[in-house]
Amino acid sequence: MTQDTILLLAVVVLLLPLLSFTLLIFFSKRIPRQGDWLATSILFVTLFLSIAILWGKLLAYHSDVLQTTFTWVDFGHVPGIGPLKLDLGIMVDNLAAVMLVAVAIVSALVHLFSIGYMRGDVRYGRYFAYLGIFSFSMLGIVLTNNFWLMYVFWELVGLSSYLLIGHWFEKKSASDAAKKAFIVNRIGDIGMFTGIMILFATFQTFSFDAIFGAIQGGTLPMGSETWLTTAGILIFCGAIGKSAQFPLHVWLPDAMEGPTPVSALIHAATMVAAGVYLIARTFAMMTAEALMVITYVGAITAFISATIAIAQNDIKKVLAYSTVSQLGYMVMGLGVGAFTAGFFHLTTHAMFKAGLFLGSGSVIHAMHHALERHGDHHTDPQDIRNMGGLRKKMPVTFWTFLMYTLAISGIPLTSGFLSKDEILAGSLAFHELTGHSLIPIIGFFVAGLTAFYMFRLVILVFLGDHKESSRSESIHESPATMTIPLVLFAILSFFAFFSPNPFGAADGWFFEAIQRPVSVVPAGVAAAGAEMFEEALHHSHTTAMILSLTMAGIGILLAFATYYWKKINADAIAGNVKPLHTFLVNKWYFDELYDVTAVKGTLVVTKVFRWFDNTIIDGLVNGAASWTRAITLGTRKNWEEGNLSAVFYMGVAGVVSSYVAWLTGSSLWSAETGVLQGAWYVVVGLGMGGLTFFLFYAGVGGFDNRIVDGVVNLVAYLAGFFGLLTRRIQTGKVQTYIAFVLLGVMIFFLWFQ
Amino acid sequence: MEFLGIGVLTWITFVPIIGMAAVLMVPKGNDAAIKWIPAVATFLQLVLAAMIYLNFNKGMTGINSLEGMQFVEKARWIDVEGVSWFGRIQIEYFMGVDGLSVTMVLLTALISFIAVFASWNIDKALKGYMAMLLLLDTGMMGVFVALDFFLFYVFWEVMLLPMYFLIGIWGGPRREYAAIKFFLYTLLGSVLILLAMIALYFSVTIPDAVTGERIHTFNMLAMMDPANYEPGSLLAGVGTYWRYLAYIALFIGFAIKVPIFPFHTWLPDAHVEAPTAISVILAGVLLKMGTYGLLRVSYPMFPEIAQAYAVPLAVVAFINIVYGALCAMAQQDFKKLIAYSSISHMGVVLLGMSAMNSQGMVGAVFQMFNHGTITAMLFLIVGVIYDRSHTRDLDAFGGLAVTMPKYTGVMTVAFFAALGLPGLSGFISEAFSFLGAFQTHRYITIASTLGIVLTAAYMLWTLQRVFLGSPNEKWAGLPDINGRELFTLVPLAVIVLVLGVYPSLAIDLMTASLNNLVDIVAGGSALAMAP
Repeated sequence: MTQDTILLLAVVVLLLPLLSFTLLIFFSKRIPRQGDWLATSILFVTLFLSIAILWGKLLAYHSDVLQTTFTWVDFGHVPGIGPLKLDLGIMVDNLAAVMLVAVAIVSALVHLFSIGYMRGDVRYGRYFAYLGIFSFSMLGIVLTNNFWLMYVFWELVGLSSYLLIGHWFEKKSASDAAKKAFIVNRIGDIGMFTGIMILFATFQTFSFDAIFGAIQGGTLPMGSETWLTTAGILIFCGAIGKSAQFPLHVWLPDAMEGPTPVSALIHAATMVAAGVYLIARTFAMMTAEALMVITYVGAITAFISATIAIAQNDIKKVLAYSTVSQLGYMVMGLGVGAFTAGFFHLTTHAMFKAGLFLGSGSVIHAMHHALERHGDHHTDPQDIRNMGGLRKKMPVTFWTFLMYTLAISGIPLTSGFLSKDEILAGSLAFHELTGHSLIPIIGFFVAGLTAFYMFRLVILVFLGDHKESSRSESIHESPATMTIPLVLFAILSFFAFFSPNPFGAADGWFFEAIQRPVSVVPAGVAAAGAEMFEEALHHSHTTAMILSLTMAGIGILLAFATYYWKKINADAIAGNVKPLHTFLVNKWYFDELYDVTAVKGTLVVTKVFRWFDNTIIDGLVNGAASWTRAITLGTRKNWEEGNLSAVFYMGVAGVVSSYVAWLTGSSLWSAETGVLQGAWYVVVGLGMGGLTFFLFYAGVGGFDNRIVDGVVNLVAYLAGFFGLLTRRIQTGKVQTYIAFVLLGVMIFFLWFQ
Repeated sequence: MEFLGIGVLTWITFVPIIGMAAVLMVPKGNDAAIKWIPAVATFLQLVLAAMIYLNFNKGMTGINSLEGMQFVEKARWIDVEGVSWFGRIQIEYFMGVDGLSVTMVLLTALISFIAVFASWNIDKALKGYMAMLLLLDTGMMGVFVALDFFLFYVFWEVMLLPMYFLIGIWGGPRREYAAIKFFLYTLLGSVLILLAMIALYFSVTIPDAVTGERIHTFNMLAMMDPANYEPGSLLAGVGTYWRYLAYIALFIGFAIKVPIFPFHTWLPDAHVEAPTAISVILAGVLLKMGTYGLLRVSYPMFPEIAQAYAVPLAVVAFINIVYGALCAMAQQDFKKLIAYSSISHMGVVLLGMSAMNSQGMVGAVFQMFNHGTITAMLFLIVGVIYDRSHTRDLDAFGGLAVTMPKYTGVMTVAFFAALGLPGLSGFISEAFSFLGAFQTHRYITIASTLGIVLTAAYMLWTLQRVFLGSPNEKWAGLPDINGRELFTLVPLAVIVLVLGVYPSLAIDLMTASLNNLVDIVAGGSALAMAP
């Protein structure tokens, strides 16, 4: 394959899912089976082409970066900059090629799974269309070579996530979750956008290469290292949103309102991994401080969500928090400098976590049908306390689920063992290099927690006896369209796909293909280089493996002791630490906190502003109108009553006050007058003029009369407001205004002349 | 480009007037003719606009150079010699198009055409309505093509009256209040613009083409050249008190049209009362007059003051964006919500303008176009639902996505375009405005990004309240969107999508002129800094 062929294939791979979306959104009603076969086959073609790209890339161009760009917008000759063009394009490097295959595998298998899972859905065709646009946007993120398209596809992924979470939008909870996901993501996105603005302000380009090259050449964004760090952290904000990191992790568990295959595809394997991918893409420009922030955010996320996962009873919620926790691992891994390990964990996790979700989908599917057959509409088909003993009824689901669980717990011979071990070793190395001991402590503790809550899940769902023995008769294994993806994911969770050595991935093709990029930031603010890191890593490898296996073993033992052998009474313990337990069940009260502060706060502000707009601003407008009216009416009354002196005073007041206004303003003015000063002088001038007018009007024209009259007029005016308006139109007042304007024109002509 | 010896800009401006004359001659009761004549007239206008687009030379710089203007028509219009103390008055019929106005010409033609079809179900005094609509069309087009300030002002005022009647007669229950409020506000703005215009007139002289004597002129291009200002005249010099006053007068005049906080309260009232098609025109075209005026008149004529007021303008833009969005979020009335969202989105235009660099300016002018198409869609969408249910209460609906799927499809495009989703045109103009503004006003721009989140919040909340959830029994029988309504919405949706993917179709038209404008304004600041 030539470079051009690979790039052409990449474009085809990108556009195929878009084709699927376009066909299905417009014609799904007219295609047999609403086009599920069409969407699925398109995605399998995408998958094969992706594998071809990876193959070609690794064999023929192992260390090259293939790129192609085109001019998207041409600003012409921009003053102060010169010719300015915005070039966009796609790139295929090893990172992109691996990610491409990972995304395509999960997407294709989820398509296949959905044929069984979503059968008979109200918007079956629409669902597959949305899967198409999701795959398109996700592949776009993978292939882009610039920040602009990254942001574009980033938001498009947000859109498809919104549409798919809200697939069953008749349910309020689903549409709420969709809205929440989009808005919370947007908060992260504006951080990312601000980061892009900082970079663009200096470099006038969006291209990764050009920006990194310029930084390496010594040009810093807006001239300082602080701004470089800031830009890095702000770009990372995008990842905080999309990868559900603390403090923006709250949307992901709610996103489980979407159909379960969607959770597998978007909210476990691919979209949420986009944040990790973004960090990997921009890793070269991250300073040591930015990486420190990334590390801690990842570690805190991993810890918080693992503790929450222990106390959840909804099968999807447990998996959701487990996902957040694993994403925290990946982010932490990248942050500590274990670049390859972090990205490796993304890949392995994509397979076994997609499998876990599809497995839970299979369980929910079976539970749902069993409950329906029993006419039971109260029991929650997703609550693990209602399950148990499914092992015999659903053997394929059980064995595959067990395989995924072993992988996520980091048991040898699985892919998860390899990747998790590398991250933990990285955290030890990080400790050695920087002295931050909290990171490895959290890392190993979370490894134990993960093994515990995952085995709790397996035991409660599959082992023991079913909660309702009568119901267990109606539970059946899912159809082949659903079990085939499960088996395939289970196979992909095996170590052999990534490394020949079951106890270390360092010799495998993956570690050879994905190498930590060379940092481009100035040496003074860069994190420890790859060589120093490798050396530290070397010391910690064996320690990490022993520790992580110990922790996992303890976790699994505790899970069996508590939920299988019942040696430990979980309820009693929960009762003893009731406040802590409540705290965990309620997910650390993040939702409540945000609701009270951000949501309620915004709503209060909107109400205040609405009041301000209607009462104060419009009040001033209407008030100005009524005062003008009062004055003119008063003048006219005087005129009609022959009280000409009052009219005369009005005129004099007008002339004198204009003169005062002009005099004040112009006498304050000097050659050095600045902007704000100038505006202030204008205000002062006008104010003095107004004051003069008022004094003249009030003093000379008769204080009591005018003020009293004015108030009376105001009241009368307010009372008869609408009536007056109507009459005003009918008596041709509009024409009068225009006549006044004409008169004004003539006066101006005379004046300026 | 000429047809029958008359220039294309004259045609495109006055075709609606011909249509209006034809409408007025149709005997009463012949509703079909009264509807189709405006349709044909605006269609011809659209064809002319397309020809302008196709023949437009993208490299010409426009703004302050006559050579850079395209499709120019220049003729002596009023020439009064020696009225004792007035001296000689010469007013030209001077029209031309450059990169700043060409997108607005296209937008006006498009929105007018769509507005005619959106007016199809007007039943009260149809003839008068259509006549007013066409007159309004001429006024709008005239403003965008006029290059003589007097002519500009005439068209500016021509817009005012038909709009007043269209709201005041065909509007909702509080139409009189809304119409008079609109009228007085705009009139106040007009008077201020007039003041500045006359001051400019008496400060600028150019040599007469025939006699060579220096005469006063309303030629806008002449007003942009500092060399034409008579020494010692009112607006001569740099950064003087009078120049500040004139700039402020112009600014308030244009600010009322935009509308800029705190001059915005006429807008929600006018929108709520106006019939759908009029809201579409109001939001789609009329609001752009304000920002267009600032760019066409204030910036190049008072560059040093525009430069000096860049920061205050950015602050005002921030207030518009965030305040507009927060007020929108608090509304119960669908139309009022869209009206406040307009205020917020026009704030983005102001932010881009305040950047004083090409990226920001391109963003601003492109946003003017995109806001025109997107908000027009939003108002059409409200119109569709109001025609069927006679309520605009956001909480009265729910679940329309089930009852009206096609409608929901179009609505989704419009809503996501309004909240700045990439792939749709609004995103690109917003992003460029922000990217440009950030280079000039770092922290104000960062603060303004808050508007991006708020917009997403109120748009999605509205979408949820009206379209999602379980279907409301009360509206179970609502018919889905019909062919005519789709005909008004789909072209806009296609434009929004195409420009969202390939914005160069529009941006290429404007870059040369806007780069020139940026240069002029930058030159102004150099002048101001000179000792």
